[in-house]
Amino acid sequence: MGPSAASAHRGIAAGHAAAPRLQGTTADARWLEWLFIGVSWAFLALVLLVPLGAVFCEALREGLRAYFDAFDDPYAWSAIRLTLFTAAIAVPANVVFGLAASWAIAKFEFRGKTVLITLIDLPFAVAPVVSGLIYVLLFGMTGWFGPWLASHDIQIIFAAPGVVLATIFVTFPLVARELIPLMQEQGTDEEEAAASLGAGGWQTFRRVTLPNIKWALMYGVILCNARAMGEFGAVSVVSGHLRGKTHTMPLHVESLYNEYNFVAAFAVASLLAMLAVATLAVKTAVQWRMQRELQDSAEP
Amino acid sequence: MFRRTASTSARALPGFGLTLGYTVLYLSLIVLLPLSALLLRAGGLGWDQFWETVTHPRVVASYRLTFGTSLAAATINAVFGLVVAWTLVRLRFPGRRLLDALIDLPFAMPTAVSGIALAAVYSPHGWLGQVLEPLGVKVVYTPIGIMLALTLIGLPFVVRTLQPAIADLERETEEAAASLGASRWQTHRRVIFPSILPALMTGFALALARAIGEYGSVIFVSSNLPMKTEIASLLIVSKLDQYDVGGATAIAVMMLFISFGMLLVINGLQRLASRRYREAL
Amino acid sequence: MGIEVEHVSKTFGSFKALDDVSLKIRDGELVALLGPSGSGKTTLLRIIAGLETADAHPAAVVRFHDEDVYKRSAAQRRVGFVFQHYALFRHMTVFENVAFGLRVRHRSTRPSNGDIRQRVERLLSLVQLSQFARRYPSQLSGGQRQRVALARALAVEPRVLLLDEPFGALDAKVRQGLRAWLRRLHEEIHITSVLVTHDQEEALEVADRVVVMNNARIEQVGTPEEVFHHAKTEFVMEFLGQVNVFRGRVRNGKAVLGELTVDYPQYRDDAERPATAYLRPHELRIERQRNGKPSFAARVTRTHSAGSLARVSLETPSGAPVLVDVSLEEFAALGLREGETVYLYPKNARIFVPDGASGAMNGDYVI
Repeated sequence: MGPSAASAHRGIAAGHAAAPRLQGTTADARWLEWLFIGVSWAFLALVLLVPLGAVFCEALREGLRAYFDAFDDPYAWSAIRLTLFTAAIAVPANVVFGLAASWAIAKFEFRGKTVLITLIDLPFAVAPVVSGLIYVLLFGMTGWFGPWLASHDIQIIFAAPGVVLATIFVTFPLVARELIPLMQEQGTDEEEAAASLGAGGWQTFRRVTLPNIKWALMYGVILCNARAMGEFGAVSVVSGHLRGKTHTMPLHVESLYNEYNFVAAFAVASLLAMLAVATLAVKTAVQWRMQRELQDSAEP
Repeated sequence: MFRRTASTSARALPGFGLTLGYTVLYLSLIVLLPLSALLLRAGGLGWDQFWETVTHPRVVASYRLTFGTSLAAATINAVFGLVVAWTLVRLRFPGRRLLDALIDLPFAMPTAVSGIALAAVYSPHGWLGQVLEPLGVKVVYTPIGIMLALTLIGLPFVVRTLQPAIADLERETEEAAASLGASRWQTHRRVIFPSILPALMTGFALALARAIGEYGSVIFVSSNLPMKTEIASLLIVSKLDQYDVGGATAIAVMMLFISFGMLLVINGLQRLASRRYREAL
Repeated sequence: MGIEVEHVSKTFGSFKALDDVSLKIRDGELVALLGPSGSGKTTLLRIIAGLETADAHPAAVVRFHDEDVYKRSAAQRRVGFVFQHYALFRHMTVFENVAFGLRVRHRSTRPSNGDIRQRVERLLSLVQLSQFARRYPSQLSGGQRQRVALARALAVEPRVLLLDEPFGALDAKVRQGLRAWLRRLHEEIHITSVLVTHDQEEALEVADRVVVMNNARIEQVGTPEEVFHHAKTEFVMEFLGQVNVFRGRVRNGKAVLGELTVDYPQYRDDAERPATAYLRPHELRIERQRNGKPSFAARVTRTHSAGSLARVSLETPSGAPVLVDVSLEEFAALGLREGETVYLYPKNARIFVPDGASGAMNGDYVI
């Protein structure tokens, strides 16, 4: 979209008699379009696709045998287990919160609603390592509750609970944020109709509200899960890097890499990359589905 | 119309107290309480100690690196994000849906994977690193590598905020501009660009905010040397590793303030841009 | 009584939507709440339904068939509510939408699946949508959707049927058809019904009685003929139908309205009072000559006769516009030309004189 390209476009378009294509007033020259498409793909390839491909190549550099050997390691399995455990707590916790928050915000009017919506987004504005740090300040040895926890022999920081808490914090807004705008747009008409037909609160939610938000909810769950499994900064701060105890998969990748155990590092990374690609595939499918339903219900 | 905006609570729907109560409780426990711990801890440091920590040359160097590389990355994303968003909305070509879906990949990808992937490609032995090395361009272990990582993780923000804005553009205004004798370039510059500028700035601000806090991908591509390639997040982590919780807190609060100030400025500029656009209408 | 509402008020923030409203609706009656937007009609309907709670007031009452329902939730009141934008459950078929109210009943009162099927099929044939049972709401036209909404409301055998601008979102032609259909349906099932509308034609055509609302209060309650021909207030006069308004004064048994002077025996006082006269377009006669009776001059500005009546637009010498309806035969006989001056004779006029004490209006007819 540079000046030289566009001013040149006039000259080219004028002299482009060979292609008998009607140049619409709102379209750019054909070559410019191809330039845009080329630049887009090149940009994406350089920063995203080639590096992603490299992860798999590096992981398989010494063959399938070496690749699978990377997982024949108790530390790798403990990292996978902790990652799954963390997501299994963080995702449902944020789903319950997201449903409660979106019901209160979208179906009722009350003072301070905009403040509440802003506060829900707050964790996005906090840097990942700071997200970890705040839990260290609460539960660490020198933190507010540190001495009390120590005297009761409860460990949160440098243990699994800290990892879970930090993960809940960084994924906190993801479900709520998908649901709130959708439920606000849908309004309360259908719920009121259900109430006037004699349905109770739980029946109304289960039979009317939930079916209307199911795709957005699923979308939020997928994003929340991907972030929960992939979080690095916040988890790194609270984990204390105890291999076999507080290492999640991303942290395990880092420690393998720092030990120059490249094949294993890339192998575990490739597993995470596959998770990302799968997330993307499901997310795209859900998105298309949502759009289709939106179009269907928009028809007269 | 009135009842929707002003009604305090429609008795017809239940669960208001329960859901709002739970929302506020969970928000307070998970978000507000820990964040207030951060501010109180910083307040407890005393001004002198706080100031000494946050103006130490090593710390100042880390701010400069963090904000400099973040601004550069957000700018790269603004330029290329505009091209990509325009391509996705306005042009029809094979593979468009794939390209569209791939834009979200950095959202879904763990940052550690992004970091290790870039390191693999752009290190002196990597696919592209060995091409660039003879040209005298070193990427990994330099600020350029940090910038590249921040570009990758900020990629979706500009594209995703611009797409709806470009889709909302009315073809009629472009046709009107053309009918008034404007060239295609004049239409781009005077009609299209000003109307998508607010969205572009929003995307820029989001990419910038994300870049400033980024940690996971950067540590793989940076040599993490104090004064040279040490970002602020890393400095917080190393303070914590040395059990200097106070120092970590001070830097964290300072970073929050600086990024908050930057976002305020950008929001102001954005409001200015959208007001001018509205006046132009 | 079908529905009784007493001393109901509702405030939204600083906005008064209902101001101490009381209303009685007879069993089996179809009543229209008519008024401009913001007059409080929808709020009243939603309070009757239990979708909105009225401001706390010790004497506030909502009764259905002499039973107090004021404290009950919408789910417990057994009302049929039809929403302006249908509010159909978009993820359910037409059949499931209609069956919803039966399916959510407690196990002890829930009809068997067979009974539900029978009842839904009967209702769908009542609203003439039997062949659409398996469709989704998005596959229906607006008029069809509203009929589904009505069938859904009727499925729970409601004690009262409440319709909130049910035809508001439909185009004129469909609205016309549905109106007549609703009237026939009401004659068939005779359920106490309240219809909210801002369309006066709809209210006058469909309802047994019309409740005209303005500014959070009820202005007048009466049959369509009563409110149209015997408006009690200036608001009702101006809101219903086209009307020519003349401002003037009364004194000594005469009303002086611009160039027109008419007898007004109801006011014989010496002190002059301001007065407003209302004349419907059909209450003026056009003549070419003066004949001694009260009349005033006006210039024809435009005529159009593409309808069942001819409408003549005129302007008085002082520039006030006047509308007159004449029959097509009369119009042809008159042969009016634009620009010519004619004389207008009031056949009938309503003159409102503000009551000095209360500020209320007294409406009186003069000839």
